[in-house]
Amino acid sequence: MDYFVLIIAAIFVNNIVLAQYLGNCPFIGTSKESSVAIGMGLAVVFVATMAACITWCVQQFMLAPNDLDYLQTIAFILVIAALVQFVEMFLKKVIPPLYKSLGIFLPLITTNCAVLGIAIICQREEFSFIETLVFSMASGFGFMLALVVLASIRERLDLARVPVSMKGTPLGLIMAGLMSLAFFAFKGMAS
Amino acid sequence: MITASVLVLFGIGLTAAVILAVASKVLYVYEDPRIAQVESVLAGANCGGCGFPGCAGAAQGVVDGKAGATVCVIGGDEVAKNVAAIMGLDFSSVEKKIAFVDCTGGTRAEEIYEYQGVKDCRAQHMLYSGSKMCPEGCLGYGTCVTACQFGAIAMGPDGYPVVDPELCTACGGCEQVCPRGVITIWGMTARIKHLNENTDCLAPCRQRCPGQINIPRYIEQVSRGDFAGALETIRERIPMPLSIGRVCPHPCEGVCRRGHVDESVGINMIKRFVADWEMNSGQRLPISCAPENGRRVAVVGGGPAGLSCAFFLRRLGYSPTIFESMPKLGGQLRYGIPEYRLPKSVLDWEIEGILGLGVDVVTEQLFGKDFTLDSLAEDGFEAVFLGIGAWMNMTLRIEGEDSIGVETGTEFLTKVGLGVDTGIGKRVVVIGGGNTAIDTARSSVRLGAHVTMMYRRTRDEMPAHIEEIEGAEEESVKYLYLAAPNRIIADESGHVTHVEYIQMQLGEPDDSGRRRPVPIEGSESLIECDTVYTSIGQKPELSCLYDENGACTLEETRWRTLGADPETLQTAIPNVFTGGDMHTGPALVITALGEGRKAARSIDQYLTEGVPHVSSNIQRELIPYTMFTDVPDVGYRKRSALPHQIECDERMCTFKEIEGPLSLEEVKHETCRCLRCGLTCYNRDMVEGQECQAEDCIKNP
Ligand code: SF4
Ligand code: SF4
Repeated sequence: MDYFVLIIAAIFVNNIVLAQYLGNCPFIGTSKESSVAIGMGLAVVFVATMAACITWCVQQFMLAPNDLDYLQTIAFILVIAALVQFVEMFLKKVIPPLYKSLGIFLPLITTNCAVLGIAIICQREEFSFIETLVFSMASGFGFMLALVVLASIRERLDLARVPVSMKGTPLGLIMAGLMSLAFFAFKGMAS
Repeated sequence: MITASVLVLFGIGLTAAVILAVASKVLYVYEDPRIAQVESVLAGANCGGCGFPGCAGAAQGVVDGKAGATVCVIGGDEVAKNVAAIMGLDFSSVEKKIAFVDCTGGTRAEEIYEYQGVKDCRAQHMLYSGSKMCPEGCLGYGTCVTACQFGAIAMGPDGYPVVDPELCTACGGCEQVCPRGVITIWGMTARIKHLNENTDCLAPCRQRCPGQINIPRYIEQVSRGDFAGALETIRERIPMPLSIGRVCPHPCEGVCRRGHVDESVGINMIKRFVADWEMNSGQRLPISCAPENGRRVAVVGGGPAGLSCAFFLRRLGYSPTIFESMPKLGGQLRYGIPEYRLPKSVLDWEIEGILGLGVDVVTEQLFGKDFTLDSLAEDGFEAVFLGIGAWMNMTLRIEGEDSIGVETGTEFLTKVGLGVDTGIGKRVVVIGGGNTAIDTARSSVRLGAHVTMMYRRTRDEMPAHIEEIEGAEEESVKYLYLAAPNRIIADESGHVTHVEYIQMQLGEPDDSGRRRPVPIEGSESLIECDTVYTSIGQKPELSCLYDENGACTLEETRWRTLGADPETLQTAIPNVFTGGDMHTGPALVITALGEGRKAARSIDQYLTEGVPHVSSNIQRELIPYTMFTDVPDVGYRKRSALPHQIECDERMCTFKEIEGPLSLEEVKHETCRCLRCGLTCYNRDMVEGQECQAEDCIKNP
C-alpha cells in the first residue's frame, strides 16, 4: 500500500515537472511530437531510475559514512553525466532510430535538473533502496505522462488557428501552465 | 577531510571512466570514416553558418548527401575542393548560388510601421503578419542585413535589400530570418525551373506574361544601365528576346498598372532595346549552362516551342537534338512572320546564339516518316519533346475553293519566307481578320498588289493587334467589314476571277461573347480579284502521330491538338512531352516559348525524379487583389513611341523592317515610368500633373 501511495504521489501529486517545476527545458523542447515525447520519456524513466539507484549507493556507501554529504550535488552530477554517456552509447548501438530521434536531447539529460532532482529528493526523503527505485521510476513516468499529454495537445494546436505571435513555444508554455493548474487538484491527496 | 573528498570524487570519476572505456569497446558503432575526413578539412570554426550544428554535423550532412561540397560557408573554394575530393564529387559541377531578392515594391513598408520599438521584420510579421497593403512583400527593416555574417547584404536606397554577389556565400542566414520569403537562395537551375506561384511577388505585368518573365526586375536593371543583367533575367524565362521584342503583342502591357494613370509602360520596347544592344555590340553575352550530363533528349520541331525547350534543356545540362522538317529553324517566326516585322538576319543571329550553347540540329526530317518515337528511343533519346506547331489550315468550305489562285495565307507567307516565287497577282483578296491575315495582306502590298481584306465582323472584333490593323491601313490595305465569302468564281481555265460575298449584320452574342454575324438576305455582291488568300485559322497536323494501321498511342483533344497534362505538359506516353501550338492550338509566340521552358522543366524532373510535378499554388489566373484600378499619387508621363525606321512610301515596296528601336534617352524615360509594382504596392512618385523628365527621374539615379 505504501508503495502504491508513493507511486501515485510521484506521478500525479508531486509530478516532477508540473508540481516541482523541474526539467522544463526538455519538457517544452521535446513536446512537439508524441513519438519523440514517448522516446524522451522512456529515456528519462530509464536514466532517472538508474541514476537514483546508483546515487543512492554512492550516498549510502561513500558520502554518508565519510561525512561528505556536501559533495552530494557534484558527485551526483558526475554519476549522472557518466550514466548518460553510457545510455547514449547503448542506444546508438542497440536502438539507433531512437538515438537519432532524441538527437541533442539525450546529452541534455546530463544537465536535466529533473533527473538530478529525483536523485536528491530520494536522499532528502531518506528513502530505502526499494523506495528509491519505485519513486524514481514513478517520477520518470510522471515526467513522461506530462510530456506525452503536452505533446498531444501541441500536435492538435499546430492545426488550429492561433495568433502568429503565440505559435510554438509561447503557447506551449501557456499549456504547460494550465496543465500544472490541473495537476494542482491532486494537492493534498498524498504528501 | 579534503583528502577524503578528493579520493571519493576521484574514485567515482575513475570508476565511471573505466566503465565508459569498456562500454565504448563493447558498444562500438561503425561510423563512415569519411565523416572524420570531411570534418578534418572543414574550416573548423563551428560557426553553424552552414545550417548544421557545427563542423561535425556539417561533415555528417555531407556524407549523408544532405549538403554538397560547398557546405562550409567560410571555407571558400579551397575547402570545397578538398571536400569534393574526399566525396568523389566533381567540384566544377557545383553551381554557384546566391541570395536573390525578389521584392521590388519600393519603400512603402516604412510608411505603414511608425512604431519604433520593435524594429525587426519578424516582430512586425508576428504582430500584424505584414503591411496592410501588401501581404507578401518586404517589410524593409533589414533583419536580413543583421543576420548576414558576411556583410553581403545591405538596405538599398529604395528600402529593400541589395545583395553583393561577390560576398554572398549562399549560407542562407538571410533567408532563414526573412518572415516574408522575399529572399531565396537560388542557383541558375532553380530559377529556370521555378514557375510563378501565388505567393511570389508578382506585379500585374508579370502575372499576365505567358513567358512568366520577371518584368519589373529587368526594367529595374535597365534603369540602372545593367543591360547585361536585364538580358540574363529575360533569358531565365525565354531564349529569344530579339524576336519577342519585335513580334510580341505584349499582353503584359494590357494589365500594366501604369495604364490606370496614363498609358501602360512600353515593356516590350524596353526588351527590344536591350536585345538590340547586345546584337549591335556584336558580342554575345555568356549564358550559363550546367555541365553536360550526357543525357540526350529529342526535340521535334524547331519553332519557338522547340527552340525554347532545347535552350532550357541545354542550360539544365542535357544534350538536346532538334529535328526540323523545314530547311531552317524558326518555325512560324521564319515562315509565318514577314521580314518587315522580324528580319531574317535578326532571327538567324538569335538562333545561332541558342545553337552555340551546344544544341544539335537535324533539318529536313519529317516526323512520322523519316523518324518515329520508336526510332528516337532506339537512338538513345531518353525523352522526346513534340512541338511541331499548327500548320494545317482550316478551309472555307465554299464552292470554288480549289480554283487556281486560291491559297492559304500561311502557304503564301512560307513561300515569301523561303524566297520562292509566290505567283501573286495584282488584285488580292485576303479572307480573315487575325494576325496572319494582316501579315498576308501587308506582304502582298509589298509585292505590288492591291489588297482588300474581307472580315465577317466589325473592326472592333478583329483578333489582330490594333497597331497591325492601323499599319496595314496606312499601307493602303482596304477593309471590307461584315462580309463573308459565299463562293469563289473562276474562269474557264479554272483561275479565280471574283469572290462572291454576302453582307452580314451583328446578331446575338455567341459562346465566345462576341456578337454572331448573320447574313443579310439578298445582299450578295462580287469583288474582282486574281488571287485569294484565306486565313481563317490553323490547327496542328496530327496525322504524323498515327501509324500505318491508323493507331495512335497519344491522345488527341476535341480541338484536334495533342492532349497533355496542362501543367506538366506530359502526354499519354510518360517520356513524351509537348508544348506550343501543337498543344494549345494557334497561340502567341511568347506562349510557345513559355511552354518550351515548362516542358524542359518537366523533362528534367521526369529524368531525375521519375515524375514531373508542379507546386499546388502555381499562379494561373490574375490575382484579384493585385488588380486594383486606383493608382493615386502618380504623375502623368508621356509614353515613348517606337520610331518608324522607314516611311510609308518605302514601306509599300520593300520588306525592310518598319519599326526602329528606342533611343537610350527614351528607354531611360520608359523605365522611369515603371511603377516598380510589388504584389499590390507600387511606387508613388510625384505631385500630380508634374511632367517626367528622364534626367530628374527620382528612382533612377
Ligand atoms: S546571409 Fe544571405 S546575403 Fe549574407 S552570405 Fe548568407 S545568403 Fe548571402
Ligand atoms: S508599372 Fe512596371 S511593374 Fe507595374 S505593371 Fe507596369 S511594367 Fe509592371
